[in-house]
Amino acid sequence: MNGYVELSYLQVGLAALLIVVNGAISIGLRLRMERSLFLASVRTVVQLLLVGLVLEWVFRLDRWHVVVGVACLMTLVAGLTAASRNRRRYPGIWLNTVVSVWASAWLVTAFALFAVMQEIDKWYQPQYAIPLLGMILGNTLNGISVGLNTLTEALATRREQVESLLALGATRWEAARGPVRHAVRTGMIPIINSMMVVGIVSLPGMMTGQLIAGMAPAEAVKYQVVIMFLIASATALGTVGVVVLSFLRLFNADHQFLYAQIDLRINE
Amino acid sequence: MDEPTDSAGTMHLPFLLQACGLVRRAADRVLLQAVSLDVRGGDRIAIAGPTGSGKTLLLRALALLDPLQGGQVRWHGDDVRHDDVPKFRSRVIYLHQRPVLAEGTVEENLRQPFSFRVHRERRFDPALHRERLASLGRDASFLRKLQRDLSGGESQIVALLRAMQLDPEVLLLDEPTSALDSHSSQAVERLVDSWFSEQPERLAVIWVTHDRQQAHRVANCVLEMNGGSLQSSRST
Repeated sequence: MNGYVELSYLQVGLAALLIVVNGAISIGLRLRMERSLFLASVRTVVQLLLVGLVLEWVFRLDRWHVVVGVACLMTLVAGLTAASRNRRRYPGIWLNTVVSVWASAWLVTAFALFAVMQEIDKWYQPQYAIPLLGMILGNTLNGISVGLNTLTEALATRREQVESLLALGATRWEAARGPVRHAVRTGMIPIINSMMVVGIVSLPGMMTGQLIAGMAPAEAVKYQVVIMFLIASATALGTVGVVVLSFLRLFNADHQFLYAQIDLRINE
Repeated sequence: MDEPTDSAGTMHLPFLLQACGLVRRAADRVLLQAVSLDVRGGDRIAIAGPTGSGKTLLLRALALLDPLQGGQVRWHGDDVRHDDVPKFRSRVIYLHQRPVLAEGTVEENLRQPFSFRVHRERRFDPALHRERLASLGRDASFLRKLQRDLSGGESQIVALLRAMQLDPEVLLLDEPTSALDSHSSQAVERLVDSWFSEQPERLAVIWVTHDRQQAHRVANCVLEMNGGSLQSSRST
């Protein structure tokens, strides 16, 4: 890995200056986004510098329990973020998103590390395990968040429709299958869209990184194909997982719709 | 109430539906305070009472639509639980005050329940609907009308036809005419009445209504609900 130009902090700073463009637009159009822009810039710099340090440390230690520890933390944050983005809450939503992210992302990452990339020296090699998990988590998080939001929104706004089906003898599943299908489908749309245009409209970040690092395009492309399918399957699993878990939380075994469990957060 | 002989209740006309001490609480308020009600075949019960007295909640509780904090609903003397609930609800049907129909035609709405497992033995019967519509002075073209073109009264008629085609034993009607003009109200009353008259010994209907005159017109027994309790002034 020596085919790339190392950046000095001065050069990074030069790129960071581009934030003035956003700032100028915000001031020019009176968008009042200066504060958020400033905060976002600072967070970008600080978080990435920190993660750089952490990864240096993890790569150097090269121990399985350190890798798993970092992976657990990443997964937990992804799960909690997925729930926190939701406009409507119900008791147990946090547990459901964490479980869904955890099961889907880890299953798919394990498949990648043990089955697809058999030649790597050890399964926990941080150079592979952490970036793979990170990319899968980021995308699964989106699917879960969108699926969850669609489901709770549909159930809350279509309460009477769901209940009138229950009142005619529908099982809880028969009454909810419309919203459930809608939620799963919506959660999977973004990844399908990006699979449609990948390589034409966008060059994915990972592939770009490998190209800059000097990898042959044909090799970088293979990695990207693998990662697209990993992401797609993890997103599907995670979305179905969170939708089913939410369904089980919002409908009980007596086929009752527990609409009172869904709260709307007003602080938007 | 009238001597419930409990387990030996089969000796005379058995209860279709019984509410035994239904309790519903929300936060620190008691919405239903130990409400009991016995329903036999042939009963036409009206429940009157002020807004917020728990009339709707009682009907919903009878259809097992809400979790209860106490009491039980019995159907032909038995507790109804878990997997029996859809079957129970297909025989004891609750109708919302404002009917909720899916997009599409009237016929599509009428066909919808037949996709449920509990109705898989049944077939959609357009002749039955044509007959019932004819009694209201409407022809079969009504079946092709779109949901979005229906008036409030027409929607209520569709909701009733949708429920009645499933051969329920009990209809739980939650102020079905409160938002309708007098002409539509009459149509709804007539429809329910003709359904009931088909097998008056086997069937029962419970109306929640604001309107005292309607209560006496449609029911042979008027009960009063107040502050989550049912006054047992059973006047036949």
